[in-house]
Amino acid sequence: MQEEKLKKRQFLSAQVDLSKFNKSQFEAASDEEKRQQDVMGESTTFLKDGMRRLRKNPLAMGSIIVLLLIILTIIVAPSIVPYSYSEIISVNGKRDKSAANLGPFEYSKAEQKYMKSSGEKLFPHILGTDSLSRDYFIRVIYGTRVSLSVGVVAAIMVLIIGLLYGSIAGYFGGRVDLIMMRIVDIIYSLPDMLIIILLSVVFNERLKPVIDKTILSVLGTNMISMFLVFGLLYWVSMARLIRGQILSIKNNEYVLAAKCIGTKNSRILRRHILPNCLSVIIITTALQVPSAIFTESYLSFLGLGVSAPLTSLGSLANDARAGMQSYPLRLVVPAVIICLIVLALNLLGDGLRDAFDSKLN
Amino acid sequence: MAKYIVKRILLAIVSIIIVSAITFFVMNAIPGGPFNKEKATSAQAQKVLEERYNLDKPVPEQYVLYMNNLIHGDWGVSLHSGRDIWGEISSRFSVSARLGGMAAAVAIVVGLILGALAALTRNKWPDRAIVFFTTLGTAMPSFVLATLLLLVFCLKLKLVPVWSSSNPNYTLPIIALSVYPMAYITRLTKTSMLDALNQDYVRTAKAKGVAGWKVIFKHALRNALIPVITYVGPMVAYILTGSMVVENIFTIGGLGSSFVTSITNRDYTMIMATTIFLAILMVIANLLTDIAYKFVDPRITFD
Repeated sequence: MQEEKLKKRQFLSAQVDLSKFNKSQFEAASDEEKRQQDVMGESTTFLKDGMRRLRKNPLAMGSIIVLLLIILTIIVAPSIVPYSYSEIISVNGKRDKSAANLGPFEYSKAEQKYMKSSGEKLFPHILGTDSLSRDYFIRVIYGTRVSLSVGVVAAIMVLIIGLLYGSIAGYFGGRVDLIMMRIVDIIYSLPDMLIIILLSVVFNERLKPVIDKTILSVLGTNMISMFLVFGLLYWVSMARLIRGQILSIKNNEYVLAAKCIGTKNSRILRRHILPNCLSVIIITTALQVPSAIFTESYLSFLGLGVSAPLTSLGSLANDARAGMQSYPLRLVVPAVIICLIVLALNLLGDGLRDAFDSKLN
Repeated sequence: MAKYIVKRILLAIVSIIIVSAITFFVMNAIPGGPFNKEKATSAQAQKVLEERYNLDKPVPEQYVLYMNNLIHGDWGVSLHSGRDIWGEISSRFSVSARLGGMAAAVAIVVGLILGALAALTRNKWPDRAIVFFTTLGTAMPSFVLATLLLLVFCLKLKLVPVWSSSNPNYTLPIIALSVYPMAYITRLTKTSMLDALNQDYVRTAKAKGVAGWKVIFKHALRNALIPVITYVGPMVAYILTGSMVVENIFTIGGLGSSFVTSITNRDYTMIMATTIFLAILMVIANLLTDIAYKFVDPRITFD
């Protein structure tokens, strides 16, 4: 250590007068002592820490496995099963009139004849066929695809709109916040299901000419109207939640410090505030998916869902109602899948809450 | 307090006016009118009908006319059946209210009992069974439950007769409507009861030698009720919308099922009347819930 010229101690200063100490009284730390200060464990991030806790939760892991299995099935199955969701079963290019209302793994008369004569084995109808001779298994697969994607897309839309709206209102506060939150209050107090039903009827009819012959027509008007409805109405609770979080976070010292060194508003929001409400955002988004699936199946069940021949789990259940005494399986299968998906997503959401919301532990 | 209540009532009125406006303009944007039938009506007859119900006027003017009549207590007549709307709504609502009221009562009573039981037997088998049941209950949409109940108990086992207005049997519809709110109330009660059981005043009561049941009912459960009250408003909304499908499935002629049919019929006055009526019910339920909450829990401040 080099001899430094120390400033003269000021009167009444609390500064330690180093000149009184003899250099020999100090001793360099040994290597062993230095090593004691080393951080042995790997440093953990917010995500890693949460994931570690999530992995210990058997219910949440079980739900993830169930969901992955379902997702894998709906991705792979359409390339294995040779039927399409709108295709009417035909044998040798001819429409098979005997193939309606088959039971699981049954073959129609024409199919049996064909298999005997050609020796070739046809792909079995795993869940039988419906009253229009369409393979029911593949219809359930497509229904699950539609229902799941409606849930996920709706949740993402709610997330984006709610995040933007809530963070602006919460961060700027004052009059901006007051006006924005009054709007939220009003939308929140509307009976949402009534408005959803009305809006989806209108969008259905009005959108048809607009999206005709564009890429969007593949989705069908009902699906788009459903997204619009979710986007218009369901973001309010997300916006409220994020605003509340931001209000409590923005009074923390680190935000004040960032403001003091002249950080821009957008950067403070992105770097300091949003990462701190991440846990709430993750949990609410995860729980939004099952509630969107719930609403979608409800609308489809009322006959306001996706348009034929495309189908969703709710409309499959609705279609099966007419013949439910003779073909209960057709009602039970989509109903069970809806329950399974919603159950798994709910349990996963609860698991995420336990894992990521440190305040609850 | 008075200021808060006035503010909430004003907000409620604003939201009802907005609902009525949205419904009115949205409804008129649906292509097709109430008199466009499959069987063509003569152009002249259609014109006379439209004139009679003010349908020839511009939509904003129609809205003002409608609201003016409504404020004076005139709900108009159904464009589909020609019957008086108010009579129709009140007779249908009496069915829906009976169903909904019973479902709400079942949900609250059973939910509270199960929730308290789960909290008291924490991590033992009754608690686990109740948790299993409630998780399942919140994952099942009411229409799935309703159709499955109908299929199993009505059609396969023939334990319960199919619903008819002369011989109404409310058992299955009530179960179908009440399972979801019941499961929700059970969860709420369980968490708040666990919270209450850990409070100092419960420990003090136990230390003083107060009887076990008295501690549970008088000290713990009474305080655990507060969060449950907040759910009453959303529950009313859930039961009202849930009754749309449940009434449809069990073919009960209530208010919920008439909303859906009135949309398909483009029965403008009926759509308006049902929406406004249901909206008023939901808004009142939410208002009362919020006010009751503030009365019960003095710690909550009024802003």
